[in-house]
Amino acid sequence: MSATSKLSTWTLATASVLLVAASAHAQVTVDEPWVRATVAQQQATGAFMRLSSKADSALVQADSPAAQHVEIHEMAMENDVMKMRQIPRLALPAGQAVELKPGGYHIMLIDLKAQVHEGSHVPLTLTFESPDGKRETVNIEAPVRPLASGSPSGGRHHTH
Amino acid sequence: MKPSMSRRYFLSLAFSASAVLYGCSRSDELKDIHGIDMSGTDIGRDFLLTGTDGQQHRLADFKGKAVLVFFGFTQCPDVCPTALLRAAEVKKLLGKDGDQLQVLFITVDPERDTPEVLQAYVTAFDPSFMGLYGDLDQTAKTARDFKVFYAKIPTGSSYTMDHTAITYVYDRSGRLRLGLRHAQTAEEYAADIRQILALD
Repeated sequence: MSATSKLSTWTLATASVLLVAASAHAQVTVDEPWVRATVAQQQATGAFMRLSSKADSALVQADSPAAQHVEIHEMAMENDVMKMRQIPRLALPAGQAVELKPGGYHIMLIDLKAQVHEGSHVPLTLTFESPDGKRETVNIEAPVRPLASGSPSGGRHHTH
Repeated sequence: MKPSMSRRYFLSLAFSASAVLYGCSRSDELKDIHGIDMSGTDIGRDFLLTGTDGQQHRLADFKGKAVLVFFGFTQCPDVCPTALLRAAEVKKLLGKDGDQLQVLFITVDPERDTPEVLQAYVTAFDPSFMGLYGDLDQTAKTARDFKVFYAKIPTGSSYTMDHTAITYVYDRSGRLRLGLRHAQTAEEYAADIRQILALD
């Protein structure tokens, strides 16, 4: 499959960028990133993680070679109706971890270029902006968890 | 003031006592449930949709089992997989009665949810789960009948679906009994469904 070999090329390219990013003193740290696996022909999935910033910052953009479009989304329940909306930025107050998890925020990968298989990794480039407009990018490799994973039972459980 | 207060108190006491007696005399009643008792409603009486097994299905096809119905779409990154994962957990929590529960996932996005995607998606959670779909009109009619709200919402590059995230539970005779909320746990779901399975 050409899509698979293309994906592994991206993986290698992003892994080398990751080393560069790690050497710079990053303001924002990304913990426990993961992407939900998809079934064949499924066109979209979500990425989840925990973001913490030493100083006030905001996630303003996300990119991935695995998808045509990457958006920052917020999920909300209103009168038992699930609503999902794209948001332009996700604020990261200094010293306060912000969770992207089922039932809240997530990064949406839309128009996937290939099926996202459990056990593989999805490269993501996250762009953060500080209040003075300075931008910082962080490259990560988010491991893919099974489709059937997350926070069942209304988010009261935490799956590692 | 005082006499009327005590009279009202007496009346309410008498009323609750009779309610308790009435409740005890019927094995059809649900008690201390976590979800919303929908026994009295006339919504979601039936549907006619195509299953991921390629067959046309009505609610009556699943008579004899408790039936759990959830509306969603496969591009949903969050609520739908969580709901299906919970349904799979509930099935496990029911132990040997797990096979007395049929889980149905009705897509509100039939334009993107082809039968192949739907089938692969629902069975990734449990091989016994069934996806159901119709054309746009059948989908709209089914949602109306179930008082399920859904709407296509454009996002930057595509669209997403807002939709009701209530899980409906039918008893073995095909009567709607419960609406379970998304915030409830698999344990709460299982406790309510055990009651449904124990009904005559």
